Amino acid sequence: MAILDDLQLSRREVMATGAAVGVAAAPGMASAAPAEQPTLMKVSFTVNGQRQTLELDTRTTLLDALREHLKLTGSKKGCDHGQCGACTVIVDGRRINSCLSLAVMHEGDEVTTIEGLGGPEKLHPLQAAFVKHDGYQCGYCTPGQICSAKAVLEEIRAGVPSHVTADLTAKVEFSQAELRERMSGNICRCGAYSNIVEAVAEVAGAKA
Amino acid sequence: MRAFSYERAKSPREAAAALAADPAARFIAGGTNLLDLMKLEIETPARLIDVNGLKLDEITPTKDGGLRIGALVRNTDLAADKRVRKDYGVLSRALLAGASGQLRNKATTAGNLLQRTRCPYFYDTNMPCNKRTPGAGCSAIGGFTRTLAVLGASEACIATHPSDMAVALRVLDASVETVGPDGAERSIPIADFHRLPGETPHVETALARGELITAVTLPRPIGGVHAYRKVRDRASYAFALVSVASVIHKDGSGRVALGGVAHKPWRVEAAEAALPRGAKAVSEGLLAGARTTSQNAFKLTLAERAIGAAVTEARG
Repeated sequence: MAILDDLQLSRREVMATGAAVGVAAAPGMASAAPAEQPTLMKVSFTVNGQRQTLELDTRTTLLDALREHLKLTGSKKGCDHGQCGACTVIVDGRRINSCLSLAVMHEGDEVTTIEGLGGPEKLHPLQAAFVKHDGYQCGYCTPGQICSAKAVLEEIRAGVPSHVTADLTAKVEFSQAELRERMSGNICRCGAYSNIVEAVAEVAGAKA
Repeated sequence: MRAFSYERAKSPREAAAALAADPAARFIAGGTNLLDLMKLEIETPARLIDVNGLKLDEITPTKDGGLRIGALVRNTDLAADKRVRKDYGVLSRALLAGASGQLRNKATTAGNLLQRTRCPYFYDTNMPCNKRTPGAGCSAIGGFTRTLAVLGASEACIATHPSDMAVALRVLDASVETVGPDGAERSIPIADFHRLPGETPHVETALARGELITAVTLPRPIGGVHAYRKVRDRASYAFALVSVASVIHKDGSGRVALGGVAHKPWRVEAAEAALPRGAKAVSEGLLAGARTTSQNAFKLTLAERAIGAAVTEARG
């Protein structure tokens, strides 16, 4: 049983171990280039209303700061290249890909993640609507979908036009077409799109 | 990603001087393209100079009736600006046709101009690329060329410029304002800003080392019907196979520029006299000298038809 106990690692521990091995191997790989010393820097920002101060390698993305340093693992790392939207968080009221932003570039910013929108005891209306309409299968893209959707509804209210807005000078109105276009930066590999549209439309007060 | 030091620039001139003095330094603003490339070690700066604090994020009227767009104005804000939507609709349309909402919230005006090609061989570090390693050769030539250039390409590079915004700026005759390390300011017409690849495809713009973009200026509005037609493999969130930025007046005269076909936005002013006679007539001059492969020859037909659709739309 001792062997089994040794094997009872969580998936997260396995991932962390893999990452550590990667770091250990780096000096050998870097032999062709001059050794690079990581630069550490302090940065302070607010996450879900709580002030956080971290000392980070400058290479740390906002996503990795949230997940690996603050243990807010709701935001997900999908592609890590700004293509899938799983890492979407809201910074100073705007949705961004947290994987394509350096943590040290967020000094003084206010970050909202899925954990800041709501939790099991008190769901955000979008979270409740996703549950009601089955707006996911595996759930991996869901935190990004919900953060993105929250910002989309605010963008429409603020009159920000989109690619499918027919008249650039008219008032922007919510529609399924507007929602689908604006959510195109959030990929759902399970293909729950139609249910996501229904969930967000319900919260927007529109018929899907 | 390689390790780098990070600092916040205090003034445009100091930022330019710092960059000019350090070949390993790069400016960072939105970071949506640079960080992507740093993760792949296609870009390997040892020092990042963050220009976000330079207060270059306003859109202001110019004294000759145009608009001055600060280099740090985000793509979302530029597209949503009431003056741009009313008088420069082609620019709003082009911006909204590009990237995703998340990316447009971060990406800046200057960064959009300076984004690198999405040529798959530029991204594949296992393949030779003259942009990544000058003199290494071009893997795209003879490779998968469906998305690549059909106009203005060279034996060294057949990459396209990926920006939608730049195509609209080209049709609007915008200018790029810069400051150099010595504090000298200059204005570069958008037509001269991006270069054709020639024998030095790694040199993509007219900027000198250390020169920092401070703004993009638009001349006074020219009226007409503004449109940006983008043809791509998906309905949203994909780069153009072919795009057409157009401003067409009631008498059928106007301007057209193409995206997705060359190393820079493609416009031939001399060809535009034929615009009132229709898409076929204007395409003869605009697409003259095209060199295609069996995989990308469709772009010529597509360009002519996209122009045709724009002309029809403008006639109402």
